[in-house]
Amino acid sequence: MGAEFVQFSLTPILIGVLAAIACALPGNFLILRRQALVGDAISHVVLPGIVVAFLLTGSVTAWPMLLGAGAAALVAVVLIEAVQRLGRVEPGAAMGVVFTTLFAAGVLLLERSDTSSVHLDVEHALMGSLESLVWFRATGWGSLIDPAAWDSLPPELPRMALVCAVLAALTAVFWRWLRIATFDEGFARAMGIPVRAVGLGLVGAAAVAAVAAFDAVGSILVIAMFICPPAAARLMTDRLGVQVAWSVGFAVLSAVLGFVLAGYGPLWLGGQDAVSAAGMIAVTGGVILGLACRFGPARVGSVPRP
Amino acid sequence: MADGWGPRILRVWRADPVGAFWQALTLGAGYNAALVTLGAAALGFAAGSGGSFLVLRGRALVSDAMAHATLPGVALAFMVMVAMGGDGRWLPGLLLGSALSALVGLWVVGWIARATRLPEDAAIGAVLGSFFGLGVVLLTVIQTMGQGRAAGLEGFLLGSTAGMLRQDALIIAVGGALVVAAVWALRRPMTLVAFDPGFAAATGWNVGRIDMAVMAIVTAVAVIGLKIVGLVLTVALLVIPAVTARFWTDRSGRLVWIAGGLGALSGYVGAALSASAPDLPTGPIIVLVAAGLFTVSLLAAPARGVLAAAARHHRYQAQVHRRQGLLALARGDAIAERYTLRLMVRAGFARPDGVATEAGRGAAARLLRDEQRRAVARDMFRAGPPADDGLMPVERLFTPDQLRAIDARLAPRAVP
Repeated sequence: MGAEFVQFSLTPILIGVLAAIACALPGNFLILRRQALVGDAISHVVLPGIVVAFLLTGSVTAWPMLLGAGAAALVAVVLIEAVQRLGRVEPGAAMGVVFTTLFAAGVLLLERSDTSSVHLDVEHALMGSLESLVWFRATGWGSLIDPAAWDSLPPELPRMALVCAVLAALTAVFWRWLRIATFDEGFARAMGIPVRAVGLGLVGAAAVAAVAAFDAVGSILVIAMFICPPAAARLMTDRLGVQVAWSVGFAVLSAVLGFVLAGYGPLWLGGQDAVSAAGMIAVTGGVILGLACRFGPARVGSVPRP
Repeated sequence: MADGWGPRILRVWRADPVGAFWQALTLGAGYNAALVTLGAAALGFAAGSGGSFLVLRGRALVSDAMAHATLPGVALAFMVMVAMGGDGRWLPGLLLGSALSALVGLWVVGWIARATRLPEDAAIGAVLGSFFGLGVVLLTVIQTMGQGRAAGLEGFLLGSTAGMLRQDALIIAVGGALVVAAVWALRRPMTLVAFDPGFAAATGWNVGRIDMAVMAIVTAVAVIGLKIVGLVLTVALLVIPAVTARFWTDRSGRLVWIAGGLGALSGYVGAALSASAPDLPTGPIIVLVAAGLFTVSLLAAPARGVLAAAARHHRYQAQVHRRQGLLALARGDAIAERYTLRLMVRAGFARPDGVATEAGRGAAARLLRDEQRRAVARDMFRAGPPADDGLMPVERLFTPDQLRAIDARLAPRAVP
């Protein structure tokens, strides 16, 4: 656990942890509101947004990409609503139509445009490349207090930290609104809480989390982080505050354990090369959820099922 | 994408893209390409018709979880086949593996939804994400096995028909045809269960078993579609044609076949387009063709389309304005509303300054009489005529006998 760990593992682990927390926070409310698959839809439409941003700016810099992805998420939400209303299509099917179409358009644009000069391809978009986010100039734990080494920190780290902090702050500030609007919409409306705005804000927060985490863990693995930790947390308790705390705990556990298993697991088994860290984190999240489904104290809940 | 038959197509395409597309569309781009195109059409038909049962049951996105859950199966099958000393890319083996893991995924979704209080959509998302994650992990394991860049298994993500073996194309074409046959054989019970599970159960069908049959068809579509649409976009091929077909009919029997036809058209045109150009990935093209058909239907379908609804709304609005305008003329009031005035002028009922013409006065008198009749009718027939929207002339709402009775009450003020 020395210099090599700091250089090759510390930053990916931190980014993975932050991404998992950022996704798990809005995920809690999405699951309770039966909108779990909004995360699925958003993480798919991030790809066309990023491709369009690349085509417009000609470079793979962070902010245009984030803006493009955010805009695409917004377009997707509007389109899903429009298809649902204009076509009188049920929500699940409307979502299936919109996000697959946008994703297909993104793939097509990507394949048709010359992206050979930059690191932008479909597989990366789907699977992420957490392992590559290493800290080049780190020489050991001492680098943590060495400003010169900070320059070579992967830029994803401060970005992900910022997003995670903003989402945590938003969750805390709007806690009461979120809680009431999630559990009793009618009561929330009677209390003058802007229920629609809360719903849209939640989807927006999920989009921000998905877009920021996308870089690190890839679009489909974002879904696992949206759903697995909060779903497992839901099976541990009946209290929302406790649930959110559990979900953060599960998110951290998935990220750390997943990364360690991916990096060192094959070595323990006698292999030589690491396996996909993002994939392993998703698997770990799934296993934790599976255990919660089997042993979680609140897996059935106190209210009889309809 | 530029291996297999790619280079030849590349030359043709550079010279004449439309010709190359036409050639592929008429199955003239080689035997393999023709097989793939026909296979894609069969697959599209199976997906459209099978998917419509899924959508009608409100379970569209379960198929997304199943499709993503095929990835670990594909990778495991590859590893097992290599470990047994064979060629890891043998398609039947890969498809068998993918089917098994899709079914495991489906079972896990069902187990989570049954055994816990989590809603089905959370179960779908969890299975989708973690099974796909497992698949990605296994792909990286394969990459390190020294069998060359994951042996082209990435092609299963988004579909890749370039350089497909003849044997694989045959498997896909035959598999697609078999699924179509299965849909045909089971169409009656599946339609019944999709529209009215209660009635189906009451008439002796085993709803659970029929649902399983639908899921088996979905699994087959996902598995056969791996090489063509790829696992990320399978859900689109199942859902989009079914949703599109709903715009064109209200009848269950037709819905299934229209969805099948739309799916087949998407598969055929999409595969041909993809085969005619060097860097058009098959899956996304097929999905975009399907989405194009959906958009056209959403806008232009005769009864349920957006344009038809807008035209209906416009006609209704004009009717209301016309009525208000005529009532104003009858009372001798000025018409303040611009749109109303324009309608009156266009119909020749009023001059641009709002003064009624001869025709306008006649029409106004007739409307006034209609109003009086309506008032009497409301009094006489309390329940009212069934379809009265306040706009239809009273003559068309009542029988001649009833009209005579109405007019008898109106007698003192009747217009000759």
